Amino acid sequence: MSLVPVYGLLAEFDNPTDLLLAARKAHEEGYRKMDGYSPFPVEGLAEVMGFERDRMPLVVLIGGLLGCAGGYLMQWWMSAVSYPINSGGKPYNSWPAFLVVTFEVTILCAALSALFGMLGLNGLPMPYHPLFHSPRFAFATRDRFFLCIEAADPRFDLATTRRFLEGLGGHGVSEVPY
Amino acid sequence: MEQKDRVEEISERHGRPPVMAPGHTFATITDKISSIVLTRPVSLGWLLGVGLASFWAFILLFAVSYLFYQGVGIWGVNVPVAWGFAIVNFVWWVGIGHAGTLISAILLLLRQSWRNSINRFAEAMTLFAVACAGMFPILHLGRPWLAYWLFPYPNTMNVWPQFRSPLVWDVFAVSTYFTVSLLFWYQGLIPDLATLRDRAVNRYARTIYGFLAMGWRGSARHWKRYHTAYLLLAGLATPLVLSVHTVVSFDFTIALVPGWHSTIFPPFFVAGAIYSGFAMVLILAIPIRHFYGLEDFVTIRHLENSGMIMLATGLIVAYGYIMEPFMAWLGGNKYDMYQFWDRAHGPYWWVFLSLITMNVVIPQLLWIPKLRRNPGWLFLISLDVLIGMWIERVVIVVVSLHRDFLTSSWGMYYPTRWDWFTLLGTVGFFFMCMLLFLRVLPMISIFELRELLPEAEVKVEP
Repeated sequence: MSLVPVYGLLAEFDNPTDLLLAARKAHEEGYRKMDGYSPFPVEGLAEVMGFERDRMPLVVLIGGLLGCAGGYLMQWWMSAVSYPINSGGKPYNSWPAFLVVTFEVTILCAALSALFGMLGLNGLPMPYHPLFHSPRFAFATRDRFFLCIEAADPRFDLATTRRFLEGLGGHGVSEVPY
Repeated sequence: MEQKDRVEEISERHGRPPVMAPGHTFATITDKISSIVLTRPVSLGWLLGVGLASFWAFILLFAVSYLFYQGVGIWGVNVPVAWGFAIVNFVWWVGIGHAGTLISAILLLLRQSWRNSINRFAEAMTLFAVACAGMFPILHLGRPWLAYWLFPYPNTMNVWPQFRSPLVWDVFAVSTYFTVSLLFWYQGLIPDLATLRDRAVNRYARTIYGFLAMGWRGSARHWKRYHTAYLLLAGLATPLVLSVHTVVSFDFTIALVPGWHSTIFPPFFVAGAIYSGFAMVLILAIPIRHFYGLEDFVTIRHLENSGMIMLATGLIVAYGYIMEPFMAWLGGNKYDMYQFWDRAHGPYWWVFLSLITMNVVIPQLLWIPKLRRNPGWLFLISLDVLIGMWIERVVIVVVSLHRDFLTSSWGMYYPTRWDWFTLLGTVGFFFMCMLLFLRVLPMISIFELRELLPEAEVKVEP
């Protein structure tokens, strides 16, 4: 082990196919604490690294249901309980007239939970991350593809992991300091 | 992916231009679009454009200040036409916004890959158009400083909004629409903001873009959730966009005024909204691709597709124009029948005639493929449609109101200079926002363009 604490080893690739193959090999090798970085979503990349449960749909569903119930109950309480007004002889709880606002509040809450759920589950905003230390990493938002095996992985060993990554045919492997 | 290839193959066989010019890589796309924001010097043309637009935005400020000082009496509104330009402009601007959401959400769900190069600025267009629209209901309130009464908040009067009123529905519909459009737009921007952060040389630019990108690093797990959230947002925005103009049309249809009280309004309004929205998309896209040299990304294919959507929605609108009098005749209600006779023969006959000419007759030029592929012609036709759709709302609002049930309450509506200043002022405000947007944010979605390249395809079996 080196004296400077290491976050992980970063291997660079040319295209999404090479990155996907490398990630799959690393997973087969037994590495779990790793992540791929790409300038656009690569289909299947998260899955080959063992990412199984995407909770986004559940988060949005809960947000939408809460919005739906909240939107309706708000109108019911305000028009039928808190201050009932007889408007044109319509019932206090005029549910057909309340559908529009219920619908809008449903969409609003579901959409808010989609964006904030995505950010929350991804741990964003995160202004500091060790990967930003790596000088090549800026290209991950342009045209390069990276695979990082993290030192936190139980199978991580600086020398063997480096040899393994170099064997995957990338464009050089570099240490990412903390 | 297979389906995408098949679409491309068929398009090629029919001699249609490609979605993106050949020869681009991930790097060239990134550099080309980010350089417009990061390194391109401010041009004289842009300055003149912003200057002119800001001048009109100041006129708006002036007109609104005088309105707040003097009251709505400075406008041409009076009984019976109490809804003048304010509501005309409101409906017109909200409608323009619809194309942005159609492109970003509905075309995403339909896997129309050509949308990837126009969705970003179309979404910006939506936001600014809805911002312009949102002003008008507040301005015409008479007591605009009490606009917050429209929202349900606990207050010392112990009263709540009337949720059986379409005007309250409208508040919820438009504010939800604006919020969801903003969320969708911002989510699409996050990866591109990270690109700008990593490409910026200027320290301040890097800090600001870094702050807005929130530490995005393109992790595969992040992308996975991002993609799901993006699709879900698109799925939520799709019924939303169809509902917004539907709710706007409820403002009219729920009333009993002849010419308003009609079940055709919701679909008719939505089609008209998309019609005028695509006209605005073309009015923005044609100069933008020319002045910023983006012909490689916004190709003739995009212009032609937009033209075809305009033609299709225009025909739905024309069908609405035919059905309205037909239903009045079929229903046999004399007030309804008079309303449609009055449109064509009453004092506003020339407004109706220009509506039919501009919205139905002239857009038929889009049937000719040669004109559909010619940016100059498309620009002119779009301008015509945009004005035509504004006139349509004048016909709906003003002409319907000016003669209703009682002849004793008939009247005429004459807009004043303040009406025109406010309308043109919002146009200036809109273009000012658009021009500023072009300089500070990537006007084309960079990461979604990268996905269009053949290199982006993963060539292994999972």
